[in-house]
Amino acid sequence: MTTSTTPWDRDKVLGIIDALKHKPGALMPILHGIQDNIGYVPDDAVPLMAEALNLSRAEVHGTITFYHHFRTTPPGRHKLEICRAEACQAMGANRLVAHAKKTLGVDFHETTADGAISLEAVYCLGNCACSPAVMVDGELLGSVSQESFDELVGNLRSQP
Amino acid sequence: MTIKVYIPRDSASISLGADKVARTIAVEAARRGATIELVRNGSRGMFWLEPMIEVSTPEGRVAYGPVFPGDVSDLFEADFLYGGQHHLRLGLTEDIPYFAKQKRLTFARVGITDPVSIDDYLAHDGYRGLTNALKMTPADIVEEVTTSGLRGRGGAAFPTGIKWRTVLGAQADQKYIVCNADEGDSGTFSDRMIMEGDPLVLIEGMTIAGLAVGATMGYIYLRSEYPYAEVALNEAIAAANARGYLGDDILGSGKTFHLEVRRGAGAYVCGEETSLLESLEGKRGMVRFKPPLPALEGLFGKPTVVNNVISLASVPIILDQGGANYQEYGVGRSRGTLPFQLAGNIKYGGLVEAAFGLTIRELLYDFGGGSRTGRPIRAVQIGGPLGAYVPESQFDLPLDYEELGKNDAMLGHGGLVVFDDTVDMAQMARFGMEFCAIESCGKCTPCRIGSTRGVEVIDRMVEGKDRPKQVILLRELCDTMLSGSLCALGGMAPFPVLSALNHFPEDFGLAEPADKAA
Repeated sequence: MTTSTTPWDRDKVLGIIDALKHKPGALMPILHGIQDNIGYVPDDAVPLMAEALNLSRAEVHGTITFYHHFRTTPPGRHKLEICRAEACQAMGANRLVAHAKKTLGVDFHETTADGAISLEAVYCLGNCACSPAVMVDGELLGSVSQESFDELVGNLRSQP
Repeated sequence: MTIKVYIPRDSASISLGADKVARTIAVEAARRGATIELVRNGSRGMFWLEPMIEVSTPEGRVAYGPVFPGDVSDLFEADFLYGGQHHLRLGLTEDIPYFAKQKRLTFARVGITDPVSIDDYLAHDGYRGLTNALKMTPADIVEEVTTSGLRGRGGAAFPTGIKWRTVLGAQADQKYIVCNADEGDSGTFSDRMIMEGDPLVLIEGMTIAGLAVGATMGYIYLRSEYPYAEVALNEAIAAANARGYLGDDILGSGKTFHLEVRRGAGAYVCGEETSLLESLEGKRGMVRFKPPLPALEGLFGKPTVVNNVISLASVPIILDQGGANYQEYGVGRSRGTLPFQLAGNIKYGGLVEAAFGLTIRELLYDFGGGSRTGRPIRAVQIGGPLGAYVPESQFDLPLDYEELGKNDAMLGHGGLVVFDDTVDMAQMARFGMEFCAIESCGKCTPCRIGSTRGVEVIDRMVEGKDRPKQVILLRELCDTMLSGSLCALGGMAPFPVLSALNHFPEDFGLAEPADKAA
């Protein structure tokens, strides 16, 4: 395993693993714990989890890559998820997605050049009577227009 | 006198500004020296009126909505704390026709109580089902649920009592109750509304399930897209533990039941029960072969009840009022009520709990008021991304499991996604295949490869390359996926595709109905 070039807090990650490893089916809670705390699951944290849970590195890696939610690179300062599912499409989500990609200059799973925003697709936020829906850093927004989207992006860029 | 003001903590209400309204009202009340108690309730489910606030008056609760922060000062001027007149005043909440026409059993408390208050829950008939269950034998509890006719509300509609009986009969040192809260279907939000608006009813339902089958541990597998529900569930679980409704000695009965929320990670297929169990075990969410049934070899190889949120949340009222009472509602083999969800391009979107048997048209027009854009409704997708697109000619079908099934459609989890006449059904069919390709677990070939081939075939059809041949190819591909897939993802992805092709062939560039053109 190569050494990661991105610094991350090894003691913090070890602390999370240690606190959760005794749970049945501990890998998912551990992965969430790490991503909640440092924003992503670093590749070189894989051996630490594998050893603690008596799993192979392949099993841990396979689990991380199976789920859309987990990321293995540091995110932008803000995570912006746009719903692509049918109810939001019925209210113009595809136009909102095109607008977002154009104004941010990125595709899904990419981060803007200034490091401010990571754009992600999501398939249903359960806000289907208030479409189109968007989630920003875990905060749900409904009936999002291109204008309110632009305002949101402006606010995010000005925030640390 | 302290006046109670209700402002929902439901995430859809928050998405429209409920938190800001709550803060503004608190500040304004303090400024004016008014003594109020802010209660963050669940939503009544009328989302075009959200953020909807309510005040308690001697006549009952009076609603105002939609209320935005800029309206607050004006509302105080109008004496809204005493039900004063204002252009946003909606009258008594319970008299609003959309609400008054419903039959709320599972959602009886949602929007009324403080979701995480045990006292509020008890004051509104909460924990009566559990109290009854504690006096019954496990077999009698199972029998009561069987009598109710309750069928799995996640979509598969398997009789809940039969599933419980299997787990009750299994011998093991440990059994589990697993709640499938991976509500991934677009157009559905009833699970979310229960978990945010009345999480204690789900907790009570799971506790009863534990008593019924002899399980002492329960997990709620919650999708990561629902962070607000996670907060509400954990608050409610803590409250139930503190008051002895969960734990090692439930209400002094000597019975044990523990409950934990586990978070998914954005995989639609984990709504499939065996994939969900794999995920709970900390693995990739790969679908398992059946048999063995999860009821016999489920979580960690132990007998496991896997039920949807609404199934489990319907159990307390069945144990409270009796299975016979519950099965009085509904039609045919679809007994009880279903919380329908009106979504997408609909004027009055929201949650409508009603007995099975009302028609699609009644739901779309009598409740929904037609499309939000004001254009004609062209298609409705019922039952999530694996459900069929239903054309106007079928809007008089009653909403029950069997009737929709006979017409190559399905009720699923009860969500209806409405599209107006600007929809391109070939693109929706393409999205059906694309979604299946993105979300396939990859274990079986028809789903993993078939979905990608499906996208390609539809693309060629739209481009006009050998259309008649592509139609044959697409139908054969769908047939392979229908018959050869391991689970419902690949096995039902053809439903939206074929229904789009059959009902809207012109969108695929086919002049005649597709079956004739083929």
